[in-house]
Amino acid sequence: MLPQQPEDRLARLRGPASPEPYTARKITALTANPACARRAVLDAAGVDKALLATRIGFEPRFGQSPFALTRGQAFETLVAWGGYAELVSLLRTELAVPVTEAAVADLTEVAGNSAPAVRARETQRLLERIAAGDEDRLILGHPMLTLDVAGRTAFLEPDALTHRIGGRFYAVEIRSFPAIDGQADPARTAEAVKQAAVHVIALRQAFHRAGLPPEAVADEFLLICPKDFSNRPYGRLLDLRQELDAVEFQLGRLRRAADLTETLPADASFDLAEDSAGSPVRDAGELDASVGALEAAYSPSCLSFCEMSRYCRQEAETAGEPARLGSGVRNDLPGIGSTRTALGLIDGTVEPEPEQAEIAELLRTAARLRDLRGGGAA
Amino acid sequence: MSLLRTVATLRAAALGRAERLTTVRHQQLADPPFVFIPLALAGEACAPLAAMAGTDAGHPVLLTVEQPRDRTRRFRFAEQLADLLLPYVDECRGDSETYEAGRPKESRERFTRAPQILVPNQGGIAFTRLLGRSTRLRRTDGPYAVAPSVPTLGKWLTWAADQADFPGSSTLLSMTRMLGDHWATGQSSTEDAHLAALLAWIDPPPGMTGAQAARLAEDPARHPPAGPATDPLFDRTLSELVTAYGTAAGDRARAATGRAIEAELRTQLAPTWDLMWRGIELLRALPPGGHVEERWALDRALFTGYASHLDESGLPQPRRDHAAGAARRLARLEDAVARYESQRAFDDPLVMAEYELSGEAFTGTVTAREPDRVIESGGGGGRGGKAGLFRPLVTLRTEQRPPIGEGETVLSPDRPGQKAEILTIRDLGGSDSSDSDGGAGNGFEADIQLSGGFGGKRKPPAPPGSIPEIGEQLCYTTLGQYVASAQLPDDADTPWTHGGPPQPYEPTHEDAEETWE
Repeated sequence: MLPQQPEDRLARLRGPASPEPYTARKITALTANPACARRAVLDAAGVDKALLATRIGFEPRFGQSPFALTRGQAFETLVAWGGYAELVSLLRTELAVPVTEAAVADLTEVAGNSAPAVRARETQRLLERIAAGDEDRLILGHPMLTLDVAGRTAFLEPDALTHRIGGRFYAVEIRSFPAIDGQADPARTAEAVKQAAVHVIALRQAFHRAGLPPEAVADEFLLICPKDFSNRPYGRLLDLRQELDAVEFQLGRLRRAADLTETLPADASFDLAEDSAGSPVRDAGELDASVGALEAAYSPSCLSFCEMSRYCRQEAETAGEPARLGSGVRNDLPGIGSTRTALGLIDGTVEPEPEQAEIAELLRTAARLRDLRGGGAA
Repeated sequence: MSLLRTVATLRAAALGRAERLTTVRHQQLADPPFVFIPLALAGEACAPLAAMAGTDAGHPVLLTVEQPRDRTRRFRFAEQLADLLLPYVDECRGDSETYEAGRPKESRERFTRAPQILVPNQGGIAFTRLLGRSTRLRRTDGPYAVAPSVPTLGKWLTWAADQADFPGSSTLLSMTRMLGDHWATGQSSTEDAHLAALLAWIDPPPGMTGAQAARLAEDPARHPPAGPATDPLFDRTLSELVTAYGTAAGDRARAATGRAIEAELRTQLAPTWDLMWRGIELLRALPPGGHVEERWALDRALFTGYASHLDESGLPQPRRDHAAGAARRLARLEDAVARYESQRAFDDPLVMAEYELSGEAFTGTVTAREPDRVIESGGGGGRGGKAGLFRPLVTLRTEQRPPIGEGETVLSPDRPGQKAEILTIRDLGGSDSSDSDGGAGNGFEADIQLSGGFGGKRKPPAPPGSIPEIGEQLCYTTLGQYVASAQLPDDADTPWTHGGPPQPYEPTHEDAEETWE
């Protein structure tokens, strides 16, 4: 028998539904928690995680407010308005180059076709023309790039790529969180920087394929966000070097998602389809067992971004994983795999393993001090 | 995170109920505090959507903005908030008292009360800061004039938000931080940021464990988020109403939609309002720590100072700190952190236990004392020793070897004014040093020499109670010996490295006209 193609296995796991796109957000989430095989496989297979989590009883509570959506779109439209006039004027001030005018190629769709593969081909074609020296003043709006992530092709869409400025091209990210007196929210800026790093890595590969030197994509990117309390765009070049190294390192060590599926039992499935009568072809129990067969690496920070997190939290709680109480608790319990073991070591019902002797002694001292100095239930 | 907190978290998780982290309350609770629960419009920098505020649990005031994108309505919101907050601030400016401070000592005045703003979470503090920033630089005349109370509100909010960076300050506090400082739950700090879930662990409803109640509390349909971010699902409802408000035909239809918006916003805010007052009640039930009043006195003095600044020049805080101001603030901040940490330990044996664990404190029982001990002064010069120095000695028995070495100066929370020096530490034998199970031995003895804190007496006998008695349990620590931070030069002498003497910030026309859209 011929060995199965890995893509086939991932597609089979997903079932007949069309795959969810692989976005920069998913890549940064994966690099934030690279040990999580569960997310790696579900994303690689293009499974609708929100629907999956709902089916197994943990409806995710993410959603975007219509107000935020409107605001984000309005701001992006404003920056892109009039052939990226605002972008060009920001480039003039931020990069101190006499930019007079630039042409714009909007790649949101190609002749009415917005299929990612089509847009990616057109992006590549334009890059090749730039390489040939034909289109030196061309800003690419919403270029579509491809990147191989854990054995699967991801389509990525930076907001824009500038024309050649001083020999370099700059990725542009437009975000709607404000920069107040020159300071933006650090967490959201960090997320934008991570996504920009993913985009720059994909751009460099595209440049390489087009015959352009990859280092022509600058290791800085232009972050554009609203200034203070207004709608006026404010831009700053941000350094990406550290983030580029980090993302590249994580991308390199991501195990091929297809390899991760090898531990799954043969009948595992994440098929969320419904039959003609409208009932799911796989019941919650089957889905639950398949998800459970994938190893997760839950930490409380997952709650802020992963659709599966509440399922994983429940699982971690049942297993008594110290990490579910936060990294502080986990770091305080080196070599102790379960909160039950830790409690047993404290009250003496569990004999410490030799390598646990030291931490067990410390825990007992801490517990004794707590009791002596008046700690107790509220 | 300290190991004591980890133990508390583990036990809370196992019991399904929060565990105490302190034996006393370490923050002041003003009577009454000003409770402020802001809601912001999603996706905007600082667009107020609604707020519930007030000083009386039974009388919350609801402020709403029916058209959150309308600039004039935002300023109307700021005016309404000012109408609530500014009278509260003014009330605190009633009575004052005289106290002595400074080098050299001088008499100063401070108000006997100070305002205290309580918000649900750290997001509430950030919102307060931004609301202050967006209103304090406005002008009350000219083309973009706002009501005079708006910039005043902005200055007070900015001032309060600046105080919130200081750990000992009780001027602007978040309920989640306050409760989290006093209780450990069986969940992570990420989950503790949710006020309803945190309170569920501390004070679960009857018939439920804290763990169960916390899970239920996470459901936004049961417990709306405590702001400033709103539940995206709620935003969908609201968005339809806001659109309807904008397109309403006629005043009556508009007024009806306005009332519907108000009712919706009330459902989002009222549960958090109740949680805030429940939290206040729980915290009030804890006895205050010994230094709480002293730190509150500092808050009152700072409030008095800022109030008189507003009476005099009234200039708003600049967009950015001047270098000299920033350096001064950083020094104060470092000082405040060290002082607060050690005061907390002195006030609370359960906090001190963390330092016992880390080897910065130890506890023992007095087994011997020489209350009349006098030693020769001068130290071997031969000529000096006439008067002698009054240096009583106590001997402390401990189970473990005291982690602090011979010759070190230590203090005891029970007699903070009394300096003590560890003279010798003796191993009483029986404990095999290779055996890590140290408790089996006879323990250790430490001779501790005391100086000062005898009610001004320089020779025996010391007043009763000033020297520890036999059988008394005592804790000694290296904490609490502040090194006053280096004096920074006056503003007028600011060196060129810090930009020279700072110029006071005058808001520009550009500031006043800044769009808020």
